[in-house]
This record gives sequence, C-alpha cells and structure tokens, in this order.
Amino acid sequence: MSEAAVSAPAGRSGAEWVAWLRERGVYVALALLILFNLAFTTNFATLGTVRLNLIQVTPIVVVSLGMAMVIGTGGIDLSVGSVMALSSAIIPIYLVGYNPWVSIAMCILAGALVGLLNGFMVAVLGIQPIIATLGTFTAVRAYAQVFSGRLREFRNPFYRTIGSGDVGPSFARVSLRILIMVILIAVVAVIVRKTTLGRRLVAIGGNRRASVLAGLPVRRTLISVYVLCAVLASIAGILETARSSAGIPGKIGIDLELSAITAVVVGGTALAGGRVKVLGTVFAAIFVLVLQATLVRQNVRPAATLMIQATIIVAAVYFQRERGTR
Amino acid sequence: METTTAVAALAARKVSKRFLGVVALDCVSLELRAGEVHALIGENGAGKSTLIKVLTGVYRADDGQVEYLGNPVSFTAPREAQAAGISTIYQEINLVPQVSVARNLFLGREPTNAFGLIDVGRINRESVEILKPFGINVDVRRPLHELGLGIQQMVAIARAVQIDARVVIMDEPTSSLEPREVDRLFATIDRLRSSGVGILYVSHKLDEVFRMCDTVTVLRDGKLVHTGPVAEMTRLKLVATMLGRDMTEVSQHGVTGFSESHSSAVAEPTLTAHGMSRRHVLDDVSVDVRPGEVVGLAGLLGSGRSETAKAIFGAQQLDGGTVSVQGKPVKKGSPAAAIAAGIALLPEDRKAEGIIPALSIRDNIALAALPSLSRGGFVSDKKRDAIVETFMKRLRIKAHSADQLVQELSGGNQQKVLLARMLCLNPKILILDEPTRGIDVGAKAEVQKLVDELAQDGLGVLLISSELEEVVEGSDRVVVLRDGAVLGTIRGDEITEDRIMSMIADAAIETQHPTSTEENPVDE
Repeated sequence: MSEAAVSAPAGRSGAEWVAWLRERGVYVALALLILFNLAFTTNFATLGTVRLNLIQVTPIVVVSLGMAMVIGTGGIDLSVGSVMALSSAIIPIYLVGYNPWVSIAMCILAGALVGLLNGFMVAVLGIQPIIATLGTFTAVRAYAQVFSGRLREFRNPFYRTIGSGDVGPSFARVSLRILIMVILIAVVAVIVRKTTLGRRLVAIGGNRRASVLAGLPVRRTLISVYVLCAVLASIAGILETARSSAGIPGKIGIDLELSAITAVVVGGTALAGGRVKVLGTVFAAIFVLVLQATLVRQNVRPAATLMIQATIIVAAVYFQRERGTR
Repeated sequence: METTTAVAALAARKVSKRFLGVVALDCVSLELRAGEVHALIGENGAGKSTLIKVLTGVYRADDGQVEYLGNPVSFTAPREAQAAGISTIYQEINLVPQVSVARNLFLGREPTNAFGLIDVGRINRESVEILKPFGINVDVRRPLHELGLGIQQMVAIARAVQIDARVVIMDEPTSSLEPREVDRLFATIDRLRSSGVGILYVSHKLDEVFRMCDTVTVLRDGKLVHTGPVAEMTRLKLVATMLGRDMTEVSQHGVTGFSESHSSAVAEPTLTAHGMSRRHVLDDVSVDVRPGEVVGLAGLLGSGRSETAKAIFGAQQLDGGTVSVQGKPVKKGSPAAAIAAGIALLPEDRKAEGIIPALSIRDNIALAALPSLSRGGFVSDKKRDAIVETFMKRLRIKAHSADQLVQELSGGNQQKVLLARMLCLNPKILILDEPTRGIDVGAKAEVQKLVDELAQDGLGVLLISSELEEVVEGSDRVVVLRDGAVLGTIRGDEITEDRIMSMIADAAIETQHPTSTEENPVDE
C-alpha cells in the first residue's frame, strides 16, 4: 500500500533499496514520469489535463480491478473486452420504453452470465483459464455483434450524465465517471483485503492443493471471482457506451484485456497468482496512460509510441521479476 | 592422493551472512576434507541451509571466505559451483517432474547426435546403467512425477553423484526414502567416500550421523558450537550440544517429547472409518479413534498410511467404505465436509499441500477458520488477530510478527503454523501425517509434547510417522499397514519397534514374490 511508500527509512543497504524499489516500482515510475512532464510538457499540470487523463483511464482501471483478482487466483480472463462489447450491444435495445436502470441491470446480468460460464469452465470442468476465456473472448463479441448488428447512435440524458456528467456541490464538481471508478476501486480493495472471498482467492492462487486440503470452497471462490471480473467489465462497457452515445460492439473494448493484464502485472500482481495489488494496478493503469499521453505530447510518432510503451512495460516486469517468482 | 588429507575439499572460513539485519551466520568455519562424510547438524534456523547456500553460490557471504580445493572462490551462481565439481542434492527435489527419468538424469548436459538433436536412445540406455547400482528398476522413459517420492529422490541423488563431483552436499537425503533405499544410498556414499569425494551430510536423524559420518559440525543460532570426529561424540552429548542444554536435562526427557500414555478411554469412538478401499491403493482399511486416544499408523513407505489419512479426510477417492464422526456419516470426497464434521489433517508434504508460501503467518493460520471469523463475508480483524495471537503463543511460533511471510520461516515453524491452522478449527479428530518430518530436534519435541497435551484434552489423534520410535512412544494403539491393508493392531505393552518390524517382516515373507527377492538380495 502507499502508506509504506512514504516512509523510506534511512540506513538501508543497496540490496534492500533495490527490494524497496521493486515493491513500489509503479509509484516511482509514475512519479518520475510526472516530474518529466512538469518540466517538459506545457499545460501538463492543469486540472483539465488531469481530469482528461482520469476520464480516459476509467475503463482500463475498472477492467483491471477484476483482472487483478482473476490473476490473483492464478488464472486469466481474456473475455473482458468482449463483455464490454456485450454491454454496448444491450444498452440500445432497452433504451426505448424501459427505465434506463433496466438496461444497466441487463448489462450486468449478461456480464455475470459470461463470468459464470468462465468460472464453470475453469473451476468445474478444469479447463485452463487462458483457453476457456479465449473461447468466450471470441464467442461473446461475435454474439454481441450479431445481436446488435450495426452502429446505433442514441441520445439519452441518463447515459449522457453517466458518460460526461458531473456530480457534487458547485465548489467541488467531479466527473461521475471518475467517482464511479473511485467507488469501484474502494469496493475491490475491501473485497480483496477484508472479505473471506479476498483471503481465499489469494490462498488459492498461492497454493491450490493446500487450499483444497484446508477445506476452502475452491470452486465457489473461483466462480465468484470470474463473475466479479465479468461484472466489472460490463460496467466498464456501460461507461464506454455512455461516453460514445452509441452501441458499437465491434469497436468497444478492443485490446482492453491486454491493457488490463499490463496494468495488473506492472502493478505488481504476480501472473502466477497468490497476490493482488489493487492500488498498484490502478497506478499502473494511470502510468501506462500518462506514458501514452506524454509520448503524444512530445510528438513521438504513433508507431514509435507503441514500441516505447512495450519496452517500458517489459522493463517494468523484468525489474519486478524476483518478487513473484513461482 | 597425499594432498587430499592436507587440503580441504571445501571450506568456509569465518563466514557471516545477514538478512535484513538478522544474522543468519555468524563467523562460521567448516572444513570438509576429501574422502570424509561430514555431518552438518543443528536445529531449524541454526543456519545449515544458509551455510550450504553460501558454499554453493546461491548467496554471497557478507564476510569471510569460501575455499574450494585450497583456492579462494566466490561462486556467483549455483551452476558455477556445479561446474567446478560441487553437487548439491536439496531436500525438496529439484528436478523437472513432467519429463522422463532419463531426461532428468541428463538435464543440462544431454548428448547430441549427428544432427545436433538430443540422442534420446543413448540417454535412455545410459540411464538404465546409471540407476542400476541404486537398485532402481523403472522404465526410464516414464515422466518423473509418476514415480514415488522415494524413487524421485534416488534419481536426484543418482544425478548429482553422476556428475563428476569432488564434493557432494546432501540436504536430508533420506527424508523420503524407505529403509531399503536408505541402505542403497549409504552404499553409494561409501563408494563416493572411498573414491575421495568429500560429502557434506545434513540430517536431523542422529542414527544416520553415527552410522555414516566421520566428522560432525553443529550449528546453533547461526554460530558454530562444535566440530570434531563423530567417534568422540555420544548420542546424548550431540543432542545436548544441538539444543544448547544440559546433558542431564536431556536424558530426563527421553528421546521423544511424548509422555508415557494417555487416558485410554473406554468411550465410544469419535472417528470410525470402515472398509475403505481403492484399487491398488487401499484394501478394506478400517480405523477408529476414541477421544483422548493417539492411534499410530505404522508401515513402510507406500504401505497406505498417507492414503488412509487422506481417505478419512476426503482427499483420496474411494471405491468403497464409510467414514463417520460420532456416528454421523461424513460426506465423501470433500475435505471441506470432513473439516465441518470435526476432522483436521496436517498433510505430509508441508510445502506442496500445506503452506501458502506468499501469504503471512496471520493469513495462513486463519485460512481454514475464516467462516467462523467473519460475518456476512467480512473478516473480523479483531477476532482473527486474537486467534492468531493465541496460537502463535501457544505453539511458540518464532517470527518477527504475524505479518511475516510463511515462506521465510524455518520448517519447524511452518509446521506449527499449519498445526495452528487446524487447531483453531476446534477439531475432534486430528490426523497428523509425518508431523515432525524435516524439523529439528527442539521443534520435534515441542510438537510431540503438544500432541500429548491435545490428547489429554480429549482430542482423538491419528499419528503417522516413518520414525518408528515416534509411533511407538507416542501411540496408545498402533495399526500396522502393509500394501494398503491392515496387518493388525497392537496396544499397550505390545507396542515396540521390534514387534512392529516383525509384523511387517512376517507379512513380507508371506507376500514375497520371486522377482522381488531377486531385486534386493541384500535384505534378509
């Protein structure tokens, strides 16, 4: 957690410094990136820029939260982007003649069903997570596209508020999107740290055999985690659909599973499972986004931007590698 | 050969090593001469593992010097030490379970054919030859994980010995071996010794030290407390040196931490397991345990002891049989149901089946009891911390704090954490599968004493141990197993090591096949 990051005690040896840095690499990297921008990027420190960055990072963060829990169990969920697309296909259907909350409920229900399917395949049938969710990754987006067909633009005040509205008293207006993101971060942090589900999921990721012998409900826990992850993805889908005011299941959430996995891993959650770093994940998502923005602002060509981004991500994982060995 | 006695094959000179300010080794010296078997002993946390890791390049010493064949060396990786001729056999088998026995033997130095591909035929042929002296007669093309732990260990040893080594370091090599395999290992060690190899032998088993070793070095709390010829030591003196206690104190306590006997209650059995069967694994095994009673399960490796334990706990599939607690049947095939019924299991393989290495002591202890420590799915920190604190104190778990990661603890303390995990469930029946394997003398006695106390409190205990003295001294009743079937039950004064061994041996004569007599002509 970040409170530990503040207190870097004096008098450590070199190796201990390296260990300290490894544990908090994301925060350090983000701080360096911000310092760089403060020095070289015009208009970086404006409220508008910060706000824009936070608004853009919302879907990645929300999806990453679920992904972090799944990866904490030693699994992976490739279907998150497709679940977002599913939301995008569902919303336009329930806009006319229904309370808008119905559309939201339907999105979350659809997401939960996909999560249930993922969880069933992984926990009950014993299919490897990467294969099971590769299946839903392909099938769910295809289904979403068949289901909705073509781009459906809509004008709906409810969704406009979700997409770009502000809430709060006049002196402290905050984007609803950002508020939702912050609430979800808090919810997931509490789930991971304070609930039986959270404690069990890291135990299962840490040593599944031991978890079975300790009498943990391994199947139920795994299914719950995949359902949670898919529900978070469907919420991210709702946020994205609201922002674009259109149901475009062919476009929404493309490659988002990769961004989410990146955020989780750069944030310090071991791919092998057994550990979930919620704040690390959030800050890693912000780091990746600010990095992209910085490169754009420095007029780096888009292709080169991607290469630099990839390099930094691999380097970040390399730098942290020892913390998550096996 | 004349220089071998003068120059140490491998030596540590005043080596110190600290971890995050904690001293693991404090100015320790050790001299391993060529052609000797040198025992390295000490309680858990004494610094044996750290010393081995410094000698083999896993760690670098903060101070001091490592010398190999008379020259100062500083290996930066284990493979450098290996290339120089130092072979290490770790307690946990460091091989690749998925690939064949033969491939494991040649791992990293596979011979290639004219096309630069691995010469599998040659590997397989040579592997058979390599394993012959070890009495291992298996299909070398089979994946390693399909074989028993004991055979895997022998393969690891065969591999280490076969590399042209001047020094072989063995970390508790016998911990998963059967007596017959131990004999073969010792024959191998003898052969190595006479060919001038220096062997550093880490063990908790004092018998082995006296049987095999020429020199013994004792570490305690990271310091060297004794080094000298084994011939000048007595068993008692050695135990006293290890524990840092008075000799009279040790002699009063006996060899194990068990007291004489428990209230041999005439009460109804708490646990009744009846007719448990599984093809090739268990054959109509029935066991019952009364409150306050310690029932030992004796038998050789592969006799079905662990399988019986797992079957009772719902972690071993059964074709038939019933398990009931206080007359109520327990749902089959579910450890969770067994726990709910009041059965707790301390698994045999601490690392693979017990600890969650990357979680804290706190999380590890509270893991199984989470439902009772939480409300509406939310864990109560207060309740959890209280129970964790209670058991850390009661079991005397040594750690900086409850937040320390379990993987950083010594084996004995890890075992105590697992015991705590089970005890905070308030079980009626506690199944202990090798509770003292791989832990030091001090922790061993503590665990044994604890078993006694628990039985006195009315808990029914099922005790499995490959150390006969532990079963003999600890149990009120002993069920002897062989080949997955019950040979018989002995109680009271009948329980002696001789009796158990003769039961197993008698059964062996009855069931002996012509092939197996050929296979081990050494045995009687």
